[in-house]
Amino acid sequence: MTRLHDMGGRFGDGPVTVDGEDAPVFKEGWHAHALAVTLAAGALGQWNLDSSRHARERLSPRDYMRFSYYEKWIAALADLLVEQGVVTRDELRAGQASGPAPEGLRARRLEAAAVAPTLRRGGPTDRPGPAPRFAPGDRVRLRRAGHAHIPGGHTRLPGYAGGHLATILHSHGAHVFPDSHAHGLGEAPQPLYTVALRAADLWLAPEHPDDEVTLDAFEPYLEPLE
Amino acid sequence: MPHDHHDHDHAHAVLPPDPALRVRALETILTQKGLVDPAALDEIIDTYAHRVGPQEGARVVARAWADPAFREALLDDADPVLDSLGLTGRQGEHVTVVENTPARHNVIVCTLCSCYPWTLLGIPPAWYKSDEYRARVVREPRKVLAEFGLTLPREQAVRVWDSTAEVRYLVLPMRPEGTEGWSEDDLARLVTRDSMVGTGLPRAAHEAPAP
Repeated sequence: MTRLHDMGGRFGDGPVTVDGEDAPVFKEGWHAHALAVTLAAGALGQWNLDSSRHARERLSPRDYMRFSYYEKWIAALADLLVEQGVVTRDELRAGQASGPAPEGLRARRLEAAAVAPTLRRGGPTDRPGPAPRFAPGDRVRLRRAGHAHIPGGHTRLPGYAGGHLATILHSHGAHVFPDSHAHGLGEAPQPLYTVALRAADLWLAPEHPDDEVTLDAFEPYLEPLE
Repeated sequence: MPHDHHDHDHAHAVLPPDPALRVRALETILTQKGLVDPAALDEIIDTYAHRVGPQEGARVVARAWADPAFREALLDDADPVLDSLGLTGRQGEHVTVVENTPARHNVIVCTLCSCYPWTLLGIPPAWYKSDEYRARVVREPRKVLAEFGLTLPREQAVRVWDSTAEVRYLVLPMRPEGTEGWSEDDLARLVTRDSMVGTGLPRAAHEAPAP
């Protein structure tokens, strides 16, 4: 089992509400601030991209469903700030700080002048790591979706693909392994592949026999075909 | 065995119910603690509200249409090409460009969250982040594309790219007919955001907006 965020392929959602190309990037002022404060707080280095994704995923199902997109971001940010000891619950409740943060942490504050170079640098995830076991063209089977060791843990193999056959399209070298990194267990780089699955294998009623879905799969998600 | 010990008792529950007030509370606390610079927030917002958007991707697509060597290099290994244009960075660290052909149409999604090539297209539109798009486009891409006004011929297979790691995808749409000899600037005006996600096609030559 995975969590509610893992929604690919599920039934019951209605038509997509399409906004035009010229719709504003941020529909509400607070959306822009939710994004900005999340990025600025992330620069403090108290968590990583994978643990922040997991913080959104482990909102309770009730919260995950009732919160809009940026409400999930704010809730996850508040949870991370308290869990990492950056902010206390009392401060959240009061809406005011009870005192300054330790100097070492304040030294990590993202300054306005550092925004452009920080965004330009980004956070590449390619690393030296184990040689890939599979090559383009190889047939593999995806494992069942779900974290291999941590019940409810962060993983990037979608439920709809688990257990299905796939073909390796591309090998990306080793990348930070989210299933480890999200839980503070290190980057543990693993070979990353783009794999293709046939819609006809995935779905009981595929729209077209030649359609495909690809996804990016870390090597521990793959098993060789015997 | 490690386990998720954060599943209950979420701290966010003590924040006020109005989301705008929740954001303001977090900003206020972090600013007072010396951890957030309000000027940096303004800079981030200005970057994504006004400076970085689909016009970057459109420039890349137009150049790929106009310059065969550039197109080949971009499809082969986009990262060094994009880096030389200053178009790599946050949520665009590793990019793969996928080309539409008469035999195959490509569509991008992130079913698990909202991964999107920020450096080339900016912040994703609301529909890209919606449950409806994420849930359905992998299973019934043709029905979803029809909701965008795009009906694909049966002889064109659909490949849906689910962005499940840190590789970000950009669709290189097919060059519209009747644009031979056009400048890159003129070509770029035909490139829509949706055509680079795969939920639309570029504008036709006669639909080009005025410069």
